[in-house]
Amino acid sequence: MATENSNRLAIIALHGTLDLAYPPLILTTAALALDMEAAIFFTFFGLEILKKGNADKLKLAPIANPAMPMPVPNIVGVIPGMTAMATGMMNSWMKKANVARLSELLDLAVEGGVRMIACQMSMDVMGIKKEDLIDGVEIAGAAAFLTYASQNAITLAF
Amino acid sequence: MEIKFDHELDCSGLSCPMPILKTKKAVDALSAGQVLKMIATDPGSTADMEAWTTKTGHELLSASEEGGKYIFFIKKV
Repeated sequence: MATENSNRLAIIALHGTLDLAYPPLILTTAALALDMEAAIFFTFFGLEILKKGNADKLKLAPIANPAMPMPVPNIVGVIPGMTAMATGMMNSWMKKANVARLSELLDLAVEGGVRMIACQMSMDVMGIKKEDLIDGVEIAGAAAFLTYASQNAITLAF
Repeated sequence: MEIKFDHELDCSGLSCPMPILKTKKAVDALSAGQVLKMIATDPGSTADMEAWTTKTGHELLSASEEGGKYIFFIKKV
């Protein structure tokens, strides 16, 4: 937990789904506007957000998601095409509300100097190479993130 | 009383976090003492602009709403 007047935001991005990719990118770009510095540590499926050309292809899972506005029973959620349908729905709501696309927020974050840290161990486990990821990513481990976060950062995980 | 401003930024139609990102860029481009007029349609922008000026130290001269448009005057410190 940060003490008063923290000027640093450190986020762990664990998931590669459409809904969970937004908060790390919205919060870190907002941090830039507040003259704060920010870093995101992308680990496990969070690395999907960093894969070249992948940000706008992330999907929303209808399975095990009882908060869907039209509740999709799990038994229905497994039917082929349901993930695409849920994803299309969420994308259309986001567009209607004029929310920036994930790729736009990603570009703003990188250009604005948010440290994008890809977890080395997760890359090894998942067979992801540096060249699979967008430019401007640094590859590091838990110690690098903790060192950054230990300096009075607000820390969050998604 | 009409507030004089040096630059106008229209963030109509944009959602969080774009209005504050664009406001920051616009205020950065001003000289100290100059005023930015920002227009937004995002109802969250009222709380966001208050928070943003508190954190950055710039002065929120006025915040008002008129027919679904939120209008802010921000003076760069």
